[in-house]
Amino acid sequence: LLRSSQPLTGPNRRRSREDEKLLGTILDEGERGFIIDTRSAQAAKQARMSGGGTEPKSSYPQWRRLHRPLERGRPLQESFIKLVEACNDPSLSMDRWLSRLESSRWLSHVKAALSTACLAAQCLDREGSKVLVHGAEGTDTTLLVTALAQVILDPSCRTLEGFQGLLEREWIEAGHPFHLRCARSASSHARGKQEAPLFLLFLDCVWQLSRQFPFSLEFGEQLLLALFDNAYASAFGTFLCNNEKERSLCKVKESTHSLWAWLNQPEEKQKYLNPLYSHNSLVIWPSVEPQSIQLWQGLFLRWIRPSQHLDEAWEEIQRLVEEN
Amino acid sequence: VENVRLLDRLSSRRAVLGTLYLTATHVIFVENGSETRKETWVLHSQISSIEKQATTATGCPLLIRCKNFQVIQLVIPQERDCHDVYISLIRLARPVKYEELYCFSFNPKLDKEEREQGWKLVDLNGEYNRMGVPNNYWQISDVNRDYGVCDSYPTEVYVPKSATAHVIVGSSKFRSRRRFPALSYYCKGNNASICRSSQPLSGFSARCLEDEQMLQAIRKANPGSDFIYVVDTRPKLNAMANRAAGKGYENEDNYSNIKFQFIGIENIHVMRNSLQKMLEVCELKSPSMSDFLWGLENSGWLKHIKAIMDAGIFIAKAVAEEGVSVLVHCSDGWDRTAQVCSVASLLLDPYYRTMKGFMVLIEKDWISFGHKFNHRYGNLDGDPKEISPVIDQFIECVWQLMEQFPCAFEFNERFLIHIQHHIYSCQFGNFLCNSQKERRELKIQERTYSLWAHLWKNRADYLNPLYRSDHRQTQGTLHPQIAPCNFLYKFWSGMYNRFEKGLHPRQSVTDYLMAVKEETQQLEEELEVLQQRLANLQKSQSGDNKVKSKQQDRSKQSGLYTSNNSLANTPQEYSNDLKSFPSRSPSQGDEEDSALILTQDNLKSSDPDLSANSDQESGVEDLSCRSPSGGGCLPSEDSGKDSDEAVFLAG
Repeated sequence: LLRSSQPLTGPNRRRSREDEKLLGTILDEGERGFIIDTRSAQAAKQARMSGGGTEPKSSYPQWRRLHRPLERGRPLQESFIKLVEACNDPSLSMDRWLSRLESSRWLSHVKAALSTACLAAQCLDREGSKVLVHGAEGTDTTLLVTALAQVILDPSCRTLEGFQGLLEREWIEAGHPFHLRCARSASSHARGKQEAPLFLLFLDCVWQLSRQFPFSLEFGEQLLLALFDNAYASAFGTFLCNNEKERSLCKVKESTHSLWAWLNQPEEKQKYLNPLYSHNSLVIWPSVEPQSIQLWQGLFLRWIRPSQHLDEAWEEIQRLVEEN
Repeated sequence: VENVRLLDRLSSRRAVLGTLYLTATHVIFVENGSETRKETWVLHSQISSIEKQATTATGCPLLIRCKNFQVIQLVIPQERDCHDVYISLIRLARPVKYEELYCFSFNPKLDKEEREQGWKLVDLNGEYNRMGVPNNYWQISDVNRDYGVCDSYPTEVYVPKSATAHVIVGSSKFRSRRRFPALSYYCKGNNASICRSSQPLSGFSARCLEDEQMLQAIRKANPGSDFIYVVDTRPKLNAMANRAAGKGYENEDNYSNIKFQFIGIENIHVMRNSLQKMLEVCELKSPSMSDFLWGLENSGWLKHIKAIMDAGIFIAKAVAEEGVSVLVHCSDGWDRTAQVCSVASLLLDPYYRTMKGFMVLIEKDWISFGHKFNHRYGNLDGDPKEISPVIDQFIECVWQLMEQFPCAFEFNERFLIHIQHHIYSCQFGNFLCNSQKERRELKIQERTYSLWAHLWKNRADYLNPLYRSDHRQTQGTLHPQIAPCNFLYKFWSGMYNRFEKGLHPRQSVTDYLMAVKEETQQLEEELEVLQQRLANLQKSQSGDNKVKSKQQDRSKQSGLYTSNNSLANTPQEYSNDLKSFPSRSPSQGDEEDSALILTQDNLKSSDPDLSANSDQESGVEDLSCRSPSGGGCLPSEDSGKDSDEAVFLAG
C-alpha cells in the first residue's frame, strides 16, 4: 500500500521519467497495480488547470486508476457543523430527525470512507495487487484511506500499541496538518478555510469497525474519544503543528510530553482497553450497508444522551470478564 | 423443482443452485453443494405475499415475502413450474380453516401431561395475586363467565369492589364491543391502577349512569387520589370523528373527577402502511445512506414507535409518580390499548422484565384481553385491511428499551425475535383466534402446544448476560429520557434484516458473555469442590504433610468461547471494478455504485389513505371447526437450521 500526492501533470501534460520509473519498479513484469484517486474523475481532470492532475494511462501502463471521491475541506467541515447542530437542536421532532441527520451527509461520508478503504484492502488482500492512494495534497483523504485500510487488513494495527503506531505513521509523521485542521471544531463561527474534520471521520470509521467487530479491537470507545479531544486541545505535544518539520523547529519533543506515554501507563491504559478483545488474525470486512452504519452517539451526543445505563452495562461486561 | 436459484439481495455473486420442495406445511430449498446441503425452511404460515416477476433469460423469478421479514428470491428455470409453484403457494399460504395450521400437526413428542403442564406454565390467576388482588379495593368478577357480557373478554376480570354486576353490565352496554373498564395492572405500593376499556358510545351527548359509576368506582379504588386520568390513545381528530358514528370519548363534564388526555397514536391502517414503506426501504438494492434515511423517515415507523412509548411513559408516570389511576382506551380497546398498557406495565414493574414475567404480560394484556391475533396476523385468510403489525410494534418498543437499559431485562433480543416469529408461525396454539372464547371452543389447549413451555425449556438461549436481579437498573421503575430522545430510537436491523447475515456483527457479544458467565460458574463450582477436598485432606492428615492437590483434568484450556475467528467473513461487493482486469480503459471515469433512486415505479400502490377517516370497525369472522390432520415433527424457527426429518411431497 503506497501513498503520495497528485502528479503535477498540469495543462501541458508534463511527464516525469523519475516518477514513472519509481512507479514502474514497484510492480513486477506483467503485474498490474491500482491507483485509488480520492477525487472524482471530473475534479482530478480540473486539477490539471492549476498544475495538478492524474497519471495518464500511456505513461503508467501497468496502473489502473479508480476514482472514489471523498469529501474533504470546507464541505466536510460544513457537514460536521450541520450534524452537531442537528444533535443539539431541542426543537427537532421525530418527524424531522432522520432527514436532518441525512442532510448533514455525515453518515454518507462515513460510508464512502469505509467503502474506499475496503476497496483498497480488497485490492491488496483479494487481488494481491499493489495499491497507490492519493488525492490532491496527500495529507487528508489519502491518509484516511491508507490508515483505515490497515486497520481492516492488519491485526497488529488493532492492538492498542499497534494503533498508536498507525496513528504516528499514517497521520502524524505523514503530515496531516493537525494545527490547521483541528483548530476550532464544530461550534466555531470563525470558519477557518483550512479547518476540516478528517481525523474525526477516521475515528468515526474506526468506531464503526469496533461496533461491527466487538472482539477485534484491543481498545474501546474511550480511546477514540480521548484521541478526538486531544486532536483539538491537548496537554500533550503529540498532535501539535502540521508536520515533522514544524515539530522539529518548535522543539516539540524536547519541550512537551507525549500523549502515548500518558495513555500507556498501566492505570490509564485500563480505561482504554476493550474487555472483549481477543486477537483476530483475519481481515475484518465491514458491512457498508446503511443499516450497518450508525450515528456515533458516544461522540455526537456525548453531552446530551444519558450514558449512565450504558456505562453500567460496560462495567458489567468488564466485571464478567474479570471474574472469569 | 430442480435447478432453482436462490438469490442474495446484497450480492449477486452469492446465488446458489438447489432444489425447491413444497410440503403440506413448508417450502424448503436445499442447496446442491456436496458438503453442506444447506437448507432453508419456510412455514406457509409465515408467507405474507408471493410475487411472480417478469421472466428473464435466466428464468422465472419468484419473490416470497414472509411475515418475519425474510425475503426469498428464487429463479425457477421453467415458466410453467414457476406458475405451478406460485399457484400452490398462494393456496397454501391462505388457509381457510384452523385445522390446516401447523400447530395441529406439530408433534414435539411430548405426552398429554407434558402438554398440559406446558399450558399451565403461565398462570394468570397467580399473576393477579402477585400484583396484590383481590383485596379491599379490587375483586374478581365472574359476570362474564359465559362470555355473556363481552365475548372478547376473558371469563374472569378484576373490577373495583364498589362496581356491582349491574354497573358492569350497564357500562358494557355503553362501550364499543361491550369492552367495559377492567383492571390491567394494580400497583401495590400506592393503590394506583391501570384499567382498560374501549371507547364509550357517547356520540355527541349520550350518557350512561352505570358507565359513569364505573369510572367513579375506579377512582374510589384508589383513596390516595381524587381523580383519574382517562387516556384516549387516538389522535383527537379520529376520536372526534367517531362521535358522528355514535361513539367517541368521555366528556369531562359528565364524568366527575376525570382528567382527559389524547395521546395520538395512529390507527392500524396507518401502521400497516408504515411498515410496508419501511420494508420497501429494506428491499432496496445498494441504497445510499440518503435513500435509507429518507425512506425510513418517510415511512414514519420510528415516529409511531416513539408515540407508543411516550404513551406508556405517561401512564407509568401517572401511576408511579403521581399515584393516580389511569383508564386507557382507543376505539375497540384491543390494539393501541394493549400496546400502551403493556409498555406501561413493563416500565413500572421489574417482574415483567424477567422472562417469565414477560410471558405473563403477553398472556394478560394481549391474549386474555382479546387482541385479534387471527385478524391482525392472518392465521387464516381474511380481510387484508385487518392486518396490522400491532404486536410487532410492542415487541419493538421492548427492544428499544433493552437498548437503552442493557442491564434491565432478564431476556435478550433473540427471545423477542423468536416470540415475534412464532406469533406468525402458528406452530404453537397461543396466538390463534381472536379471543379466549374462540380458543376454548376450538379446544386449543388440548390439541396444540404452548410456546411458553418451548421457550422456557430453551431459556438458556434467551438470557441476557448483563442482567442481575440485584442491579440498580433492574429494580423499580424505568425512566426513559423524554426529551431530547429522538436519537434513542434506532432502526432494528436484527428484526427487519434478520436473515441478512452480512449486515450483522458476526460475533455475538451476548453469546460470548453467556459462555463466559457459564464458565466462571463452572470454575467456581470446581473451586469449591477442590477447596472442600483440601479442607478434608488437611483434617485427615497431620499438619506437616505436604498436601497434593489434584488438579482436575480439564480437557479444554480456557474453554472460553473464543470469538468466531474461524468464520472468516467475506467482503461484500464494495465495487464493481474488481470483476475482470483490465477490461475497461482506466481513463474512463468509473461509475458510482448505482444508488437506486426511490421512484414511483419502485413503490407499490399503497392502501387508500385511511389515516384521516374515522376508525373503521371490523366484523368478527365466523370460524368453523373441523378435525385436525396428523403430521410429522419439524424443526424450529430459524429456517437455516438442519432438520431431523423432512416430509417430502413431490415438488
